[in-house]
Amino acid sequence: MKVFHKTLKYSVVLLLTLSSSIAFAGGGGDNHDKKGNPIDTKEEINAYIKHHLQDSHDFTFYTNGETGTHYGFPLPVILWDEGLKMFMSSKFHHGETVAEADGNYYKLYHGKIYRTDAEGTINYDEHHHPTNVKPLDFSITKSVVGMLLAGLLMILGFSALARGYKKGPIPTGFSRVLEPLVIYVRDEIARPNIGEKKYRKFMSFLLTVFFFIWIANLLGLTPLGFNITGQIAVTVCLALFTAVIYLTNGSKDFWAHTLWMPGVPVILRPILAIIELVGFVLIKPFSLLVRLFANITAGHFVVMSLIALMITMKDAFGAVGSTGMSLVLSLFITLIELLVAFLQAFIFTMLSSLFIGMAVEEHDHH
Amino acid sequence: MDQLLNDFSPGLFFMQAIILLILILLMRKFAWKPILDSLNDREAGIQDALDAADKARKELQNLRSDNERIFNEARTERDNMLKEARELKESMINDAKAEAQAEAEKIVAKAQETIASEKKAAIADLKSQVAGLSVEIAEKVVRKELTSKENQMELVESMLGDVTLN
Repeated sequence: MKVFHKTLKYSVVLLLTLSSSIAFAGGGGDNHDKKGNPIDTKEEINAYIKHHLQDSHDFTFYTNGETGTHYGFPLPVILWDEGLKMFMSSKFHHGETVAEADGNYYKLYHGKIYRTDAEGTINYDEHHHPTNVKPLDFSITKSVVGMLLAGLLMILGFSALARGYKKGPIPTGFSRVLEPLVIYVRDEIARPNIGEKKYRKFMSFLLTVFFFIWIANLLGLTPLGFNITGQIAVTVCLALFTAVIYLTNGSKDFWAHTLWMPGVPVILRPILAIIELVGFVLIKPFSLLVRLFANITAGHFVVMSLIALMITMKDAFGAVGSTGMSLVLSLFITLIELLVAFLQAFIFTMLSSLFIGMAVEEHDHH
Repeated sequence: MDQLLNDFSPGLFFMQAIILLILILLMRKFAWKPILDSLNDREAGIQDALDAADKARKELQNLRSDNERIFNEARTERDNMLKEARELKESMINDAKAEAQAEAEKIVAKAQETIASEKKAAIADLKSQVAGLSVEIAEKVVRKELTSKENQMELVESMLGDVTLN
């Protein structure tokens, strides 16, 4: 029975990997000119991957390349363009038509919404960038759905853990898995980096960020195709939160050391102050946001490229050979991505607590 | 870089900020605070229990060493008492012996004294009797001499025979 369960689990993992490959192989014709053809050239695959890495205004599970029909559901679009405009993304028809809202016309172009005229004309500058007005886009995009899902999972899981403590000191069921993770973040990340006295204050932020990033990364590995932490806006926001927290909680010592470093020649002090300030205000948050963004984006890119091998290598190895190779490699990379999903959450939280620790530290020497 | 800037969506950033902020607040209220409090309580409870166990063990050790000390004290006391009793017994025996000796000596001395005085008295008595007899004999002798010589001799011999009989 136990063996059976194990095999079942493995087959589920296999199935998940396979299904994403199948979705890929079958999927295509995503607002492309030559409708009716499956994606089969390198350029098309590249474009498809880039398209996936971007946020999207509707939730597409599968696209039939032959007919150009998309299977999925539309998401609400919320725009701020001299007033609040709300409509469902189905109005865009995957970028094929112009959406009208309160007398304004909008068009979806490469995942972005532009204001156009009634015909949907998009003007380009010399770098082939659209010059149309981009209204502020607060839409519930695919990534926002992912975030909400991650948040919901967190609230459900951890409030169950919190409630469990009312019944007894030892959690039961799935909470037993969550508790060591919370203890891990507290004892291995927050305590050693921030210090015994002050770590409590930052626990809410660190725990939330850790689990949010981890769950978001894991959601990105499911065939649902989320790419939440691969959105630069998301990682910018996360890093900015960290920066705001450590800059507003900086101790007197921290500012004294940053702005007027003791123990160095006076001439050097302003230069050091600039270096330190740039370091804390720009470089550290930037390293945080780029690391997370790049790792997740690269992970998605590699997994999808390996899955695409079965198409690109079909001529060289035959259908079975390329599919087998693609399956083995993408399974292997997906396992590594599972590790990376945890690792990036860990590193982000670790570095955040390290920076917070630097800022709140109080020196008792001098 | 250009691509990155182009990909940056202010709307998504705003949504993420709002969601993250709300999530942090919600999680703090409904999850992190109760979880961390419970964990702290549990850890404090475990620490307390460990401390209490340690204390109890120490107390038990103290008690055991106390018991041992009391036992040892009792044993030495018993030993002392036995020793004292033995000494007392010996000294009493010795005293009794010495007293008995002294008494015996006294009795012997008294007896000897009595014997001596009796002897003296007897000697004195004997002396006085001898003297009285001598005087009587002398008287009788004197009287017989007055009658006849033969009588006198006879008398003396009978007297002497009396004396030896005496």
